[in-house]
Amino acid sequence: MTTTPPAHRSVGTARTRVEGRDKVTGAARYAAEIPFTGLAHGWLVLSTITRGRIREIHTAPVLDMPGVLTVLHHGNAPRLHTDYVGLLGVPPDPAACLFQHDRVPFAGWPVALVVAGTPEQAREAAEALTVTYEEEPHDTALTADHPDAYVPEGGMPAETSKGDLEAELAASAVVVDEEYTTPEEQHSMMEPHAATARWDDGRLEVVDSNQGAGWVQGELATLFSLDPAAVRVRSEHIGGGFGSKGLRAHQVGAVMAATALDRPVRVVLSRRQLFSLAGYRSPTIQRVRLGAGADGRLRALEHRSLNQTSQVYEFLEPSAGVARVMYDAPAHRTAHRLVRLDVPSPTWMRAPGEASGSFAIEVALDELAERTGTDPIELRLRNEPDAGPVSGLPFSSRNLAACFREGARRFGWQDRDPRPGLRREGRWLLGTGTAAASFGAGAAPSTAQITAEPDGSFTVRIAAADIGTGARTALTLIAADALDTTPEHVRVRIGDSDFGPAMIAGGSMGTRSWAWAITAAAQDLRERLIPGTAVPPDGITVRSDTTAALGALSRKERHSFGAQFAEVAVDTATGEIRVRRMLGIFAAGRIVNPLTARGQLLGGMTWGISMALHEEAVRDHHTGAHYAPDLAGYHVATHADVPHLEADWVDDHDPDDPVGIKGIGEIGIVGAAAALTNAVWHATGTRHRHLPLRPDRILTAAPGTKGEPTKRA
Amino acid sequence: MAPEPSPTSSAITLHINGEKHHLSVDHRTTLLDALRERLDLTGTKKGCDQGQCGACTVLVDRRRVVSCLTLAVTAQDREVTTVEGLADGDDLHPVQQAFLDLDGYQCGYCTPGQICSAIALIEEHAAGWPSAVTPDVDPDATPAPLTPDEIRERLSGNLCRCGAYVSIVQAVAHAATTHGRRPAPTTEEGAA
Repeated sequence: MTTTPPAHRSVGTARTRVEGRDKVTGAARYAAEIPFTGLAHGWLVLSTITRGRIREIHTAPVLDMPGVLTVLHHGNAPRLHTDYVGLLGVPPDPAACLFQHDRVPFAGWPVALVVAGTPEQAREAAEALTVTYEEEPHDTALTADHPDAYVPEGGMPAETSKGDLEAELAASAVVVDEEYTTPEEQHSMMEPHAATARWDDGRLEVVDSNQGAGWVQGELATLFSLDPAAVRVRSEHIGGGFGSKGLRAHQVGAVMAATALDRPVRVVLSRRQLFSLAGYRSPTIQRVRLGAGADGRLRALEHRSLNQTSQVYEFLEPSAGVARVMYDAPAHRTAHRLVRLDVPSPTWMRAPGEASGSFAIEVALDELAERTGTDPIELRLRNEPDAGPVSGLPFSSRNLAACFREGARRFGWQDRDPRPGLRREGRWLLGTGTAAASFGAGAAPSTAQITAEPDGSFTVRIAAADIGTGARTALTLIAADALDTTPEHVRVRIGDSDFGPAMIAGGSMGTRSWAWAITAAAQDLRERLIPGTAVPPDGITVRSDTTAALGALSRKERHSFGAQFAEVAVDTATGEIRVRRMLGIFAAGRIVNPLTARGQLLGGMTWGISMALHEEAVRDHHTGAHYAPDLAGYHVATHADVPHLEADWVDDHDPDDPVGIKGIGEIGIVGAAAALTNAVWHATGTRHRHLPLRPDRILTAAPGTKGEPTKRA
Repeated sequence: MAPEPSPTSSAITLHINGEKHHLSVDHRTTLLDALRERLDLTGTKKGCDQGQCGACTVLVDRRRVVSCLTLAVTAQDREVTTVEGLADGDDLHPVQQAFLDLDGYQCGYCTPGQICSAIALIEEHAAGWPSAVTPDVDPDATPAPLTPDEIRERLSGNLCRCGAYVSIVQAVAHAATTHGRRPAPTTEEGAA
């Protein structure tokens, strides 16, 4: 082909979203908004006990209610094939595999699905359904010394260890040894999970809100023992996911009911139902021990994390994993423990592991900086590893130092007086804090197809998902450059399992994985297009599969990095914390669309504010159920909580990566809560180690009460 | 499946985006469900169905309401404006245009509510209504400028879980300016 540089260059230019007009006019239809003739509506009935057995479900009175078509439950539901490992290497969460037995393993477990002609009829009948139970005692409380804690197997290593930890701690001039906790956090995406299922000429079609149409298609085909080619899942617009939107009870219920009734059935989860059925971030109890010389160089690092999972599903929140990437020491140990409790199954939630783990390790480092009298940025730079602390592999690129330098300059860090509790402005104490961030940059095999159309335009088909990331627009720019054309000549169609296997929108790997497949297909297509020759009426279509290319990628530590800066104002008389400003500087590979990329990073930082100050799902251990499971009881940051935030990036080039994208969906939250918590220490002189930083914690942590007020070493 | 008029249902007329709709509704039907399930006006979103997220915000007689807590029967003889009724043909409303240009959204699910709420707040501010952060609430006081903090306070009933608040505030400030309202800075450092 040509050796001259491409004439068109869209990647790196700010573009508004290709579906933007549909989103601001209300024309964009989400999963529950696509009309179907003869649609019936299902409403799930959830357990009112926390542990036990269903004794009886009194369906007869409900079946006589207006409009009720059927009631599905463990006594009449089809048996599912649940003994398998899905696309992401994990078995299905039994909470999604509806009505397979009479056991109740947690409060809010689905026990029945009432289907009726209208949503009102279904809901009224569901609320009228009487279910009796044999109730058993439950345990829902995660405690640091829980006797049932165990070392999980499978997935990432639960433990890593090198060096003599106790000897290095004993030889250290300064030791930090503290416990940090984070609470249960809920995804709380704005659009509740919704799916409509119908049979169409022997083929199951599901319109769903999910993070991977092909992912959900594969799970449903396996569960219902169907030929994968006989199942199609579409997911055009998705109102947020954050890790929660995979296989869930709503899709399975819709498919069961559509099969039983032979008509389209829609199941939408209510906001309250999401709290037990849509996953969550496990609470964590973390112990960090750092030993360092007087200069702050680490001699010992230990990060232990305990989290909970349900009785029916094992999910590890890998909070100690962040230390395996960020900091090295001659003695280095990371360890995870799990406790099975009578609680819903946790799952991935924006930066699983890194979000909660970075809170502990980055506050601990701030404590080490304080006790050694080292500037927090200098402390981190002194401890920059040359290679992966655990793996020993080289970093593909590690531009953390550049992030700190650029961030410090723009934030005005050099003027900071490190002493805490000195800056007062009226009723406010002011402080600033910083923390480091990292998140893995991965890719997974994907397929794409591109058609050169006779009119000179191109159609890209890939089972990608745009959950708000701007992926549809980013892929349009990627394809335009790869095809050496303008974005106006490229249509990117996504969200349809018929387009073939592709990575999900998850792990900050979506856009990187999909871009790889599109780029490969585009290269192939350009070689087939003969200048001066007309494209046939059906177009020319090529397909790509990145499985082999990904397998050939050398093994390295591949991550995004970042530096978070925050300024807070704290009123210790009311316990109120106001965020005044935040700055995040990231090294996150090639930025495809600066307009939407900035939104991704700022969105993550906003989650950091929310995590630091607001979010806490509270469980009543007497009943075993959530207290106030709704958006009034579970606080997420709103407009008034979020000041003007800035996010920007430094050059970050990986020479042996053909795509260069690292993913930006998650790194924005990493370290953000720690930077804010460190700023609260700088403002007040009181160290906080338990999230969220509720007003009562600020009030009761005044010097002389608790919270171990600290002075500068 | 329109129920016949009965002690628990009524035939009503709704005026939505300048069009009349005759329908029979169960008295318990919310304006939100009437829009989404009966009239196929799905631009108005259901985020929580209990008045806590703002995604269902519409304008009733130009005032913003959460349509999930508004019974459809109470909207009779009032002008309901939804996100579908804001653009003038192909010309977007200035607030819509600003959301599009400044990326005031991500997943887009809270967006119709944010936009309807923003349109109302700009009018409320222009009419001299104070907010909790308005420094001087004396009725004779000079109207305070529509600062970013004023926008944040007045939009706090509209949650955005993607965390697009920074660009939403910029979009609203920009739209208020292009509306001929008092200019407001689009970037600043927040005050505690």
